[in-house]
Amino acid sequence: MAFLQQFALLLALLIIFSTSCKTAMLEVDSAEVGLNYSLKSSAIENISTSTNDSTGGHGSSTITTLPIVIWKWHHVETPYLVALWILTCWLCKLVAELNHNITSVIPESGLLIMMGFILGGIVWGADKAQTFKLIPVNFFYYLLPQIVLDASYCMPNKLFFSNLGAILVHAVIGTCWNAGTVGIALWGCYEGGAMGNLNIGLLQFLLFGALMSAVDPVAVIAVFEEVHVNEVLYILVFGESLLNDGVTVVLYNVFDAFVSLGGPKINAAEIIKGIISFFVVSFGGSFLGVVFAVLISMLTRVTKNVQVIEAGFIIVLGYLSYLTAEMLSLSAILSITFCGVCCQKYITANMDEKSVTTLRYVLKVMANGSETMIFVFLGLSAIDQNIWVWNTGFILLTILFIVIFRFMGVFFLNWLLNQSRLIPIDLTDQFVMGYGGLRGAVAYGLAASLDEKKIPEKNLMLGTTLIVVYFTVILQGITMKPLVQWLKVKRAAHSDLKLIEKLNNRAFDHILSAVEDICGRIGDNWWTRGWNRFEENYISWLLMKPKARKNRDYLFSIFHKLNLEDAVNYVSEGERQGSLAFIRSDEVANVDFKKQFGSEFTDVMPDIMVNMSNYELGIENFSVTSIVKDTIPSVSLDIHGKDRKNAADDINAHHLLQQHLYRSRKNHRHKFSRSHFSINQSEDEVQEIFQRTMRSRLESFKSAKMGVNPAKKITKHHKKDLTHKMANGHPDGTDHLYGDEVDSAVGSETGAIRGTFMRDTYTVRAGIENPVFLPAMDSPTHSSLPWLMETDAVAPSQRAQWRLPWTPNRLRRLAPMRVSTCSTDSFLMADLEEHEEKPQTDHEEEIRPVFD
Amino acid sequence: MGSTSSTLLKIPNVEVLMQETGFSPAHIIRLHDRFKALDKEGRGHLCPQDFGAIKELAMNPIGDRIIGAFFSPGKETVDFHTFVKILAHFRPVDKDRPKEPNSPEPINSRSNKLKFAFQLYDQDKDGKISRDELLKVLRSMLGMQVTEEQLESIADRTIQEADLDRDEAISFEEFRKSLEKVNIDHKMSIRFLR
Repeated sequence: MAFLQQFALLLALLIIFSTSCKTAMLEVDSAEVGLNYSLKSSAIENISTSTNDSTGGHGSSTITTLPIVIWKWHHVETPYLVALWILTCWLCKLVAELNHNITSVIPESGLLIMMGFILGGIVWGADKAQTFKLIPVNFFYYLLPQIVLDASYCMPNKLFFSNLGAILVHAVIGTCWNAGTVGIALWGCYEGGAMGNLNIGLLQFLLFGALMSAVDPVAVIAVFEEVHVNEVLYILVFGESLLNDGVTVVLYNVFDAFVSLGGPKINAAEIIKGIISFFVVSFGGSFLGVVFAVLISMLTRVTKNVQVIEAGFIIVLGYLSYLTAEMLSLSAILSITFCGVCCQKYITANMDEKSVTTLRYVLKVMANGSETMIFVFLGLSAIDQNIWVWNTGFILLTILFIVIFRFMGVFFLNWLLNQSRLIPIDLTDQFVMGYGGLRGAVAYGLAASLDEKKIPEKNLMLGTTLIVVYFTVILQGITMKPLVQWLKVKRAAHSDLKLIEKLNNRAFDHILSAVEDICGRIGDNWWTRGWNRFEENYISWLLMKPKARKNRDYLFSIFHKLNLEDAVNYVSEGERQGSLAFIRSDEVANVDFKKQFGSEFTDVMPDIMVNMSNYELGIENFSVTSIVKDTIPSVSLDIHGKDRKNAADDINAHHLLQQHLYRSRKNHRHKFSRSHFSINQSEDEVQEIFQRTMRSRLESFKSAKMGVNPAKKITKHHKKDLTHKMANGHPDGTDHLYGDEVDSAVGSETGAIRGTFMRDTYTVRAGIENPVFLPAMDSPTHSSLPWLMETDAVAPSQRAQWRLPWTPNRLRRLAPMRVSTCSTDSFLMADLEEHEEKPQTDHEEEIRPVFD
Repeated sequence: MGSTSSTLLKIPNVEVLMQETGFSPAHIIRLHDRFKALDKEGRGHLCPQDFGAIKELAMNPIGDRIIGAFFSPGKETVDFHTFVKILAHFRPVDKDRPKEPNSPEPINSRSNKLKFAFQLYDQDKDGKISRDELLKVLRSMLGMQVTEEQLESIADRTIQEADLDRDEAISFEEFRKSLEKVNIDHKMSIRFLR
């Protein structure tokens, strides 16, 4: 029961951490600080004050002798506690994720809340008081923005915009409906005497209704991702919950203003103002978000030189869009939502691929981190005894009403939408939508920011909100999965990416718009097409780099991605069968330039490998790439090491290597640089490489032109083929011609592997960075001309060779890779980078002194 | 209603047409108006030139294929019945309508929609999409950004994905299988024809 041990160990860890926090708290006796677990500004303030304190203390006390070490708790107190709490919360997540049997039943959000209960119990047992809580300011300024930004940035754009109408209807009308009806119904029950004697008026009830209508995206997504519902349902619930937060906050502010205005002063004019303010605040916020999205996109056009911090710009500007909206009293959540959704496409095109990946992961880390903390602290809040003002009628009626009115609203609005939807939303989907109305941290945050002076029963509302949150997240969260299964809700059809599907999707788009033209009606497709054209002609021109605009077709990028996937599969499959040995056995043939199957594959393989190692940052599927990461370099090192030795006496190989030796050097470490992952290079070297590259390009041009005589052409192009491949893909192999180099490389294999890997991933940029290389980079497309001819010449034999028995199982698709590599490998971006990179990395003599 | 029924009366065999296509009288009238507008010379049938006059359609990369789909082989004209029947492919599938056991498959069924798409590729009508046919479509749809070699490799790969019997071509059965997971009802339907 290793698992149980681990579990116990982690629990013990948790206890240690929380008690350490507690004792620290007791020690400093600063309960009023209240552990601001994640606040930067107040943390800074606190630091400054505490610094003053401590320095003052040290200054005044006369020192008799020079202290070696001093206990300076006050120096670090606040940030230290913040960091400890973050760590504790994240450890909670770790513990919650330990057992998949539990997470498959209880959603993670619910588990985290329960962990919060446990932590709270520990704190309560030691302190007898609540020393930490979720302060609304911290929640809204430091925890929420990144969650919303992440959600909106990762939003499936096309799906979102094609369902935007339905989402808006649900988010705006549905939310207003929920807020109004819950408030009024509760007020009616109060008037009817169901809750005893409370000091709440109609306006306060409406305010409460408004804050209760916030469907929490975090809780909803946590649950819905687990159950894999179909994508339309998913986007409806997700989009609604995201936009609905913004709407709720606006509604809340309007009602809050009404409450402070007081009942008697409210007249028709004020109500109209309230409605106007609602629209101004929501649309203003959204508009501000779009403005910021434009700013971000334009900024990323010019960040090429500061690529290291490129990703940071998006985060900072996104956060600024949130704060700016807050400053202008517009809807901050809507602002950051639209900012993320709108800029997504352009920054992905503008930024470097690595920056895009970085951004995605940083956002995920931040969002998941703060999400975890929010849930743990929601659980932890339960120990505050002040908020537990029990009123059975109020609490039960609230739960009843939010569920009932949510269902009514969802069914009614969907009925309305179904009148004009192409594919109506089924009843079961509607039911799940209604049931997915989980309340979360936004409701709690709003309740916690209620003003006790204006709302005397604040604690009752806060307590009720907490209970509703627990009820919906834990209870509804747990029952959601069985419900989805029982109702047989259409699940997401998890299909592999298929070229033919994408191809046909595009054909369908064209067909539909053509038929609309024939019918002479302006329909959805007309609008889509109009927008696409407008976007392509004007918006892309404004927001995208010229280079990014010229990028290849979408279908082609799919094709490229599929090929990469196949290559990964091919390698891992080959490895599993203990092989890739056929590469080894036929390597000699390769050097002899005999067009044999094995050599064909050795030619292809390194290309693929190199592509892979360049690409692994970009590929989302980590399970596959992690295999590749570890295995490929070792394999290629080993194989080529031996093979090259065997072939060393071959004249052809010699000739070849002499011609192209300068590009092969690759085995060196990178130097630390503050802002670049690049390898230092001397001017001369660059110059020489450039000249050589250009010369070889010219040669390949010449050969392409002169290759009229087929017989000559074939041999010539085989040569070219190999040299090209060498340049592209046999980096490690050529290394081993240097005898001692082989030994060192193989000897410290792990190091070498890591080295290779790091090099591939980090140094790629170096080539592109250098402006001298840009001209060279463009040319491979042309230099692929001879390839084309070559393919034609040998096409029949290739066909014959495709289906040789040693192809690993299930990978018949890889064979045509050969054909495709003829044309693709010379121009694929990843390859280009590789191609460019190698030349600078070869001069052993020049580089070695630097590293040794 | 008077004008409605009078317009309907002008169309011969309108009852049969409505039953075959499932269009409502309002749709038929609307389409009839459109038909007459396209038929500028009032001949009662449309020629390829009439379709070519639609400006947007001329810009559609596969527009000529779609126009071609309206004309059965060897015919130079299309009458109103055929016109409506072709357009009926794009009517969304209605789930509420009770299924009569013996009725023929409706025009807007999934497989008929697919057949329509299939014949756009299969220009020589041999029941198979060959590599060349696919290449032609790809060339017109992908435009200038992709080189010829890339197009060829994409075509090869596409055929391989669908090609089950390894004859280097896609038959309709293979076509349908490969698109099994695509929501055809959604992608090949137009809202206002509902």
